[in-house]
Amino acid sequence: MKYRSKTARFVAAATTAVVAGTLVSCSSGSEPDGGEGIEGTTIRVTLANHVWTETLKDLIPEFEEETGAKVEISQLAEDQLSDQYNVKLNAGTDEIDVLMYRPLQENKLFASNGYLSDITEQVEGDTDWDWSDFQSGPASLTTYEEAVVGVPIITERTVLYYRKDLLEEAGLEVPTTLEELDAAAAAIHALHPEVAGYIGRTGKSAAVTQFSAFLFSSGGQWIDEDGKSAIDSEEARGAYQYYGDLISNHTDATINPEMSWPEAFAVFQQGQAAFIADADSLYKNMTDPSQSTVADQVGFAAFPEGEAGSKPYNVAAWALAINETSANQEAAWQFIKWATSKEITLEMSTLGVMGARTSVWDDADATAEYPAELVEAIKINGENGVGEDRPLVIQVAEAREIVGEPIVAAIAGGDVDAAVESANKAFDEFLLEDAE
Amino acid sequence: MTALRDPEVVGARERFSRWANRHRKWLFAGPSIIFTALLLAIPLGWTLFLSFTDAKRSVRRKFDFNGLDNYVEALTDTERFWPAVWRTFAFTGGALFFELILGMIIALLLWKPFRGQGVVRTIILLPLVATPVAVGMMWRLLFEPNIGFVNEMLSWVGIPPQPWLADPATSLATLTFVDIWQWTPMVALILLAGLTGLSDEPQEAAKVDGANGWQRFWYVTVPLMRPVIIAAVLLRGIDALKTFDILYATKGKGGGAFHDVETLNVYAYGLSFDYNEYGLASAVLILFFLLILGVIWVLQMQRKGKDS
Repeated sequence: MKYRSKTARFVAAATTAVVAGTLVSCSSGSEPDGGEGIEGTTIRVTLANHVWTETLKDLIPEFEEETGAKVEISQLAEDQLSDQYNVKLNAGTDEIDVLMYRPLQENKLFASNGYLSDITEQVEGDTDWDWSDFQSGPASLTTYEEAVVGVPIITERTVLYYRKDLLEEAGLEVPTTLEELDAAAAAIHALHPEVAGYIGRTGKSAAVTQFSAFLFSSGGQWIDEDGKSAIDSEEARGAYQYYGDLISNHTDATINPEMSWPEAFAVFQQGQAAFIADADSLYKNMTDPSQSTVADQVGFAAFPEGEAGSKPYNVAAWALAINETSANQEAAWQFIKWATSKEITLEMSTLGVMGARTSVWDDADATAEYPAELVEAIKINGENGVGEDRPLVIQVAEAREIVGEPIVAAIAGGDVDAAVESANKAFDEFLLEDAE
Repeated sequence: MTALRDPEVVGARERFSRWANRHRKWLFAGPSIIFTALLLAIPLGWTLFLSFTDAKRSVRRKFDFNGLDNYVEALTDTERFWPAVWRTFAFTGGALFFELILGMIIALLLWKPFRGQGVVRTIILLPLVATPVAVGMMWRLLFEPNIGFVNEMLSWVGIPPQPWLADPATSLATLTFVDIWQWTPMVALILLAGLTGLSDEPQEAAKVDGANGWQRFWYVTVPLMRPVIIAAVLLRGIDALKTFDILYATKGKGGGAFHDVETLNVYAYGLSFDYNEYGLASAVLILFFLLILGVIWVLQMQRKGKDS
């Protein structure tokens, strides 16, 4: 089509300029008026690679249609996500509106640095959305100095995964105590030398979170009431020794000292291990036949009891927060409110993502697709669960390396007492510095 | 148009034109020099500034100057810093030594034309074009102690499985091997370029004088190649000193559970990204930078000394 007259060309050019100008001003992150509408706003959301993210991505067009806002997602692996926050939030970026973060690892650090917006008023002001519906353990992890700074989206507990066929063949019951677990691992390995009785995380930092269930159940803890290191107690020493022996005593394979969950799960998925205790949120990795050669033989049980009973963790693994320097505070909150609503949480639940809302766990539909044994284990673990899995300090990464040192020594068959002594001293020094 | 005829304007233009002509090399290179200087100066200046502060957790928090505290802390740290320095040099030295020898052998083999030379060159260059992170992941799988292909191959000839990357005693050597595998082609390429540029006359003269193949190589080729060898050492040496990707891709944060491949680069990365100790991390990076400058200076002196 050609414009014939000068006037027509002028009108066309002017219209284009006005439309373009309007679009530019919309997309430049102008703040909507007091939540009246977020139409035309672009919400930049940074998410981790997780089944929650994959599920949410499919639902986002609904949100965009409802609100007229546009959601731009950048998705990264856990480590890269963490590095990205370190750089961007440190530089005071306004390029991130909503961030998915790990409350256990980063809540104190980010909140004390002023990276996260205080959303107490928003969460408490909306009765339909209902903040009181969130489980107290996970919710407490997204609070800093009495201010709510995040909304938990994914919870998890340590569950014991086991091979039904191997247990049956050995004529064993599902272990309910740590002693029975050790004996069962030994018996199965004796029957099948190519199978490890137990496999678990071995990496210094990675193992800390799963080791916590052994520590708490043995009566130990990371930090005592006075804020001092508690890892040199008799109970903690026993737990370190037990965990190291459990992994190294019942296998003929060379132990890779740097395993996190993907590596440890791979061994189990290949049919080369009888037991593993790890996060229940990862259960699909075990039951999906495309990933696991033993998918139809996987059983689930509550974490076995130690001297102090069964004390796995029950925590919020991930949460959503608003970047303090984002210019789109209202739109970011609208997005979080939608993504953590009862409806979305229920939908996520039916697809295997374990949310933090109590109401959803009470809904039979939410857990209909889960293996019944797993639901049972989750309920028991949920009741017994402790609200933390690692030392809740500011510099969590450093603390994990320190308290993880005796785990590595125990697995390698080294001097656990010496490792505990030196880690305890280092942890005490660290705690003093961290509290400054 | 009248302005053009104004003799004063014409004079000024001519003067500028003459001046620009005289300084044209600076005028053309100027923008890129300024750009590069800014790109280097700003981050370096910021790092230097941070290295004298107690910045931690976030640089948006309040922090104070603490003088040389970070440098003292780094230089007196025998647990992480000095072992990292040692590993940096062990890794670089080991890699360079074998890359030079193997690179020279490959370059000599490719020197004289032969059938299928193009294909051979392409195959040799393959590791060079692979992404280091992908290379790291690949070797991590190959060296996996239980299901890795390397141990599988050893088992065919009756050798028991080796821990390779898993054992702190062998992991640095294993990663040095990976570096040699990936970067020998580059050294070979540089040396080959040097060899093809050599004139035939000294070789022929040595042949007439009765020198054998080894003597011709050692007493004629190597001295003539010295500038090229030093250039290769400089390029590859600096690159090897600051290797990060394959170490991180294979052993992860902290250079493994026992910090067994933690070089200065990996250490500084851990200090800033895991521990959020920006002051100390900056001091380590400045020390690392000085170390690299020192190495370059020594090598340059070496080259100048030989040239003169």
